[in-house]
Amino acid sequence: MTRQKRSHHKLKRAVAPYLYLSPSLVIISLLMLLPMVTVIGYSFQNSAVLRRDPSFAGLKHYQAIFNDPVFWASLWHTLYFTCMSVIFHMTIGMIFALMLNSDRINPMLRNILRVLYILPWLFTAVIIAVIWRLLLEPNGVVNSILLQLGIIGSKVEWFSSPETALHAVTFANIWAGYPLFMVSLLAGLQGIPKDFYEAADIDGAKAYQKLIFITIPQLMPIIISISLLDFIWTMQVFPLIWITTGGGPIYSTEVLSTYTYKLAFSSYNLSQASASAVVILLISLGLTLFYIRYQKAR
Amino acid sequence: MRKRHTPKDRLITVALHIALAAGLFFAAFPIYWMLSSSFKSNTEIFALPPTILPKAFTLEAYAAILGDPVKLRFFFNSYFVAGTVTVLTVLIALLAAYGFSRFNFRGKGSLNTLIISTQTIPPITLLIPFFGLVVSYGIFDTYLALILTYLVFTLPYAILLMTGYLNTLPRDLDEAVAVDGGTSWTALWRVVVPISLPGIVATSVYTFLLCWNEFLFALTLTKSTSMRTVPIGIQLLMGQHAFEWNQMMAMSVLGSLPLLFIYLVAQRYFLAGMTAGSVK
Repeated sequence: MTRQKRSHHKLKRAVAPYLYLSPSLVIISLLMLLPMVTVIGYSFQNSAVLRRDPSFAGLKHYQAIFNDPVFWASLWHTLYFTCMSVIFHMTIGMIFALMLNSDRINPMLRNILRVLYILPWLFTAVIIAVIWRLLLEPNGVVNSILLQLGIIGSKVEWFSSPETALHAVTFANIWAGYPLFMVSLLAGLQGIPKDFYEAADIDGAKAYQKLIFITIPQLMPIIISISLLDFIWTMQVFPLIWITTGGGPIYSTEVLSTYTYKLAFSSYNLSQASASAVVILLISLGLTLFYIRYQKAR
Repeated sequence: MRKRHTPKDRLITVALHIALAAGLFFAAFPIYWMLSSSFKSNTEIFALPPTILPKAFTLEAYAAILGDPVKLRFFFNSYFVAGTVTVLTVLIALLAAYGFSRFNFRGKGSLNTLIISTQTIPPITLLIPFFGLVVSYGIFDTYLALILTYLVFTLPYAILLMTGYLNTLPRDLDEAVAVDGGTSWTALWRVVVPISLPGIVATSVYTFLLCWNEFLFALTLTKSTSMRTVPIGIQLLMGQHAFEWNQMMAMSVLGSLPLLFIYLVAQRYFLAGMTAGSVK
């Protein structure tokens, strides 16, 4: 190659990656970064979106939200819903992964069960919500089984009584979400070197000792990453709650996402809804920073 | 070597199989109940005691959905939007992934971090500005509104997935094309695309599912019944005729078919798509 041709080629190599990335960067900037700035702007305006020339509102909408007891109730419900979901997703996912990984079961059976245990994952949130509404109807199959077994004395209105509604939606979400942990932990289990266990066998280790001293420490990086992601995603759950309880009865299942949605599209208070959305964004960003740091440290 | 003959060992094996059966009941019973209810009449669904198998097997719920153009339209909309977004996402993500995996450039690390972090942006945060933008550009209640906004959530994950896949492919092949005087562009289409088909399939599967399941934007950015997608259609069914449970279950079964089909046919790609990023 001539020198001129070579430098031309070099220039091309230098510009090329930016050209390849440009469509993505344009979309992400215009449809993600710009809207994020916009929503922050809305949260400081009066009658955002609804008026062409909104006036500056200062921190008014944030104050309104922080003075609203429903906001604090929603925050608490979100926290309960999310923590319980993540804890049970992890526990059930771990138990199922360990059971499927056992060499006490026939490989055929293992493959069939693996497919079936993943099933809840394949259903859209709306469909999961509808299925659980049917199951937990006062006249539904869950009540009739529990009545026959004598576990409950009378029909329970799972989704429409304030005492049970939050637990019921949390349970439905636990059912829907454990396969992510199961699949990831199963992949992790298969990656643990066999000689660790052989060495432990020679030392006469018991099964629970192998679990605590080999399996769990080896799976820890997966457990932490998936828990963080699951936490961030569960915090944002909307359709499941929207379809099962709509946040009711009497706000007993109101979470941050349903609270914000209602402010925006039932009350048309888009400014206050934006303030609430910014609060959710800040919580998510905090957790995301944590997640990215953890991923990089690995 | 392990022994399997002691009574204690047999007991553990039996206990494990009982636990596996309990797990199966937990995982599959709700889905079985949806399926069997879709073949029942509305009165039989709440029969006491509950009928495990439909006593009077009927296809009336399916007929009611498949014979109704309004409900079929929900399916058309879902397939159309999810299909379009999938094609666009894969094309755009492929370019970005090629840039990330085959070049070193200034800002690579921070751009990568940016894309990883966008995975966790709460949809509800973007919903309000999207609503504002969609209304002000006059595309409220159109396919375009859904297609554009879905891209934001499919793209970051698709880029990560494709980059991860391209990183596993040897660079020599496409570098050879470049050395022979070809541009990186020709190397991408002649060499990289053909050998990365499995990665493209995994990305498409994941993107399609994400769009098929989307609820929040479809609920807010469309309004007319003819623009609604399947998840919203199911919700509409709920309000419309105070609980036609069997139709709701039939619609749910029909709405889950693409996912079940993809899962059974392309299980490998499905799982690759769903767990990449989190396991690595």
